[in-house]
Amino acid sequence: MELLSGGEMIARALEDEGVEYIFGYPGGAVLHIYDALFKDCKVPHILVRHEQAATHAADGYARATGKPGVVLVTSGPGATNAITGIATAYMDSIPMVVISGQVASHLIGEDAFQETDMAGISRPIVKHSFMVRRAQDLPITIKKAFYIAASGRPGPVVIDIPKDVTRPDEKFEYQYPQSVKMRSYSPAQRGHTGQIKKAAKMLLAAKRPVIYAGGGVVQGEGSELLTRLARELNYPVTNTLMGLGGFPASDRQFLGMLGMHGFYEANMAMHHSDCILAVGARFDDRVTNTVAKFCPGAKVIHIDVDPASISKTVMADIPIVGPVRSVLTEMLSQIAALREKDADLPDRAALERWWRQIDEWRAAHGLWHGRRYADSDMIMPQQVIESLYRVTKGDAYVTSDVGQHQMFAAQYYRFDQPRRWINSGGLGTMGFGLPAAIGVKLAFPDREVACVTGEGSIQMNIQELSTCTQYSTPVKIINLRNNYLGMVKQWQDMQYGGRYAMSTYEDSLPDFIKLAEAYGHVGMQVTQLADLDAAMEEAFALRDRLVFLDVFVDRKEHVYPMHIAPNGSMKDMWLSKNERT
Amino acid sequence: MRRIIAILMENEPGALSRVVGLFSQRGYNIETLNVAPTDDPTLSRLTLTTIGDDLRIEQITKQLNKLVDVVKLVDLTEGAHIERDLMLIKVRAQGALRDEVKRTTDIFRGQIVDVGPSVYTIQLAGTSDKLDSFVAAMADVDILEVVRSGVAGISRGEKVLSL
Ligand SMILES: Cc1ncc(C[n+]2csc(CCOP(=O)(O)OP(=O)(O)O)c2C)c(N)n1
Repeated sequence: MELLSGGEMIARALEDEGVEYIFGYPGGAVLHIYDALFKDCKVPHILVRHEQAATHAADGYARATGKPGVVLVTSGPGATNAITGIATAYMDSIPMVVISGQVASHLIGEDAFQETDMAGISRPIVKHSFMVRRAQDLPITIKKAFYIAASGRPGPVVIDIPKDVTRPDEKFEYQYPQSVKMRSYSPAQRGHTGQIKKAAKMLLAAKRPVIYAGGGVVQGEGSELLTRLARELNYPVTNTLMGLGGFPASDRQFLGMLGMHGFYEANMAMHHSDCILAVGARFDDRVTNTVAKFCPGAKVIHIDVDPASISKTVMADIPIVGPVRSVLTEMLSQIAALREKDADLPDRAALERWWRQIDEWRAAHGLWHGRRYADSDMIMPQQVIESLYRVTKGDAYVTSDVGQHQMFAAQYYRFDQPRRWINSGGLGTMGFGLPAAIGVKLAFPDREVACVTGEGSIQMNIQELSTCTQYSTPVKIINLRNNYLGMVKQWQDMQYGGRYAMSTYEDSLPDFIKLAEAYGHVGMQVTQLADLDAAMEEAFALRDRLVFLDVFVDRKEHVYPMHIAPNGSMKDMWLSKNERT
Repeated sequence: MRRIIAILMENEPGALSRVVGLFSQRGYNIETLNVAPTDDPTLSRLTLTTIGDDLRIEQITKQLNKLVDVVKLVDLTEGAHIERDLMLIKVRAQGALRDEVKRTTDIFRGQIVDVGPSVYTIQLAGTSDKLDSFVAAMADVDILEVVRSGVAGISRGEKVLSL
């Protein structure tokens, strides 16, 4: 057997695990590891400009590919800088392995230089963490970390490694395990057949069904099966912010996103439904509005790989714990069997009435059924997303930051495929978009990658323009420039009498064109609607260049629909500044 | 309702902090907590008591089960079980009260495990209720110090929590 140092074991284990990229930043506690990577490691390392960006880039990579993203940071500030990105991945169940350096074992607990209790700090925002005490334990620990991160309900795993464990002068036998078994960890492999049968019956008996599909469908690779199920039954589908692309948006059966800024028809259908099939969704407060008033007439079937997600906020009538693919496969065959016995299932007349009702809702206030935004002599933010959609033919990977631009992108870019919409839904992390786009572009260099952002968000990780230069990642940054922290301003308009406490930048915004150019990129400014499509075309035509498209948009626009809170139900929405349900 | 949850978990550094952290992070109560290694040194047995309605308890057990270090757990209060809390209580025992304390201790089947010229240290094991009653019965006595182990519990009969 081969003899390797701890540092070399890490380099080799990442190769053996089939890792494509390491996103990281060096420092004292990880220098042995970096030296090992430098000497002999086939896995390319992407040097970011801030550890937060390393986690977001790894996260973007993971969301786009389904494979765990890998991060390497040093102890102390390196580790703490990674925290926001770890929490972001945790909230959205994204597989990630974070290797953090730690001070040498004999210094732990002494407030040593750059010491921080990474296991402690990260505890509430990781799926699991390890502190490695001996180099011999590295291969099995790394194997376990990848296994835990990617299986069951995925999530980030931290491996904290004291510097002495990676020292180059002590070598040990290395063998990377083929697989691991852990007595304390065994995620569900399949759903309960009896429950699935009951659910199939309930679903077929529904008169006003809705399929409510979340990020679990995307992460669990269940899109095709879900689409099949929906089409076989001709049932309407709505996606959560995290689930967009899990069902093709251009399908007639798609109701759009639901929730706080969800589509009118989606929220109305949910509220009036008699049977909700929730798949890989978690009844988040941004979806349900007031839980006590949530969908009063609906029975709930809830499929999730994480039992703790079921009946956490909304009680499930039929809980089914299991991976989405195996459960949906079994459900499809149960449904087929039931329909073979009774060809009149589901009730076609009822379904027809239901669809008629839905079409009425769509015609009245559907975002894709008529123009729902105001006229302006400025470009409307929605028009920018529509232009992006046209120019990229709906086939781009779109990352976003957090704010109004994020909601406009979610509403107006119609995602037909899973893993194309990459955003921080759970934690809502401004600064996510650009580094995530880097991760996506590295994963798919031949695909178009757009980062839809705002002036506030983009400045939270703007330094990554430099990373894009170093690694030639020609993403397109679409800045919806409204000169405000727009979403904050919207709330201040609606709830604080228009008092814009700290949501304006006065005249302090940088010249983004020059800024992009300073990093060696292309900057373009658009102020007129007439120029929008041409500029968008041009930006994407510059295939090998990062383009920062600074689009001046209407400064007053709000995102609608918007749930009325507190105390509102799914059907209580503002539809425009002066129109409500 | 008060529940006693028994947990078998990996005897790993950090495991306990994950359990305790879960409770504070999610706003659950821990009334008592007791933890020690078992006959298998790779496993720790943890018993905790908490209070909550059925929904809350269901979430607590699900969230606990999700912790990678947790091998198995059981809500002992769902079935017949034995619970024991151990108390050491130091009281001022002088003059007439000396006999009084001794008598009460006997009634509760406690033991005086340390005797000083003016203090007794009493050991008492039983359900939390019993220990509470004993403390109440000592109302006239000057209690100097109380230490309780927290509940340790086990199912009655054949049922076992093991690998
Ligand atoms: C790191 C972080 N800090 C604060 C917030 C709160 N927040 C949510 S949206 C928003 C404004 C975003 O402004 P901008 O990026 O310009 O986007 P816009 O809403 O104008 O489209 C803020 C401050 C957040 N989500 N993330």
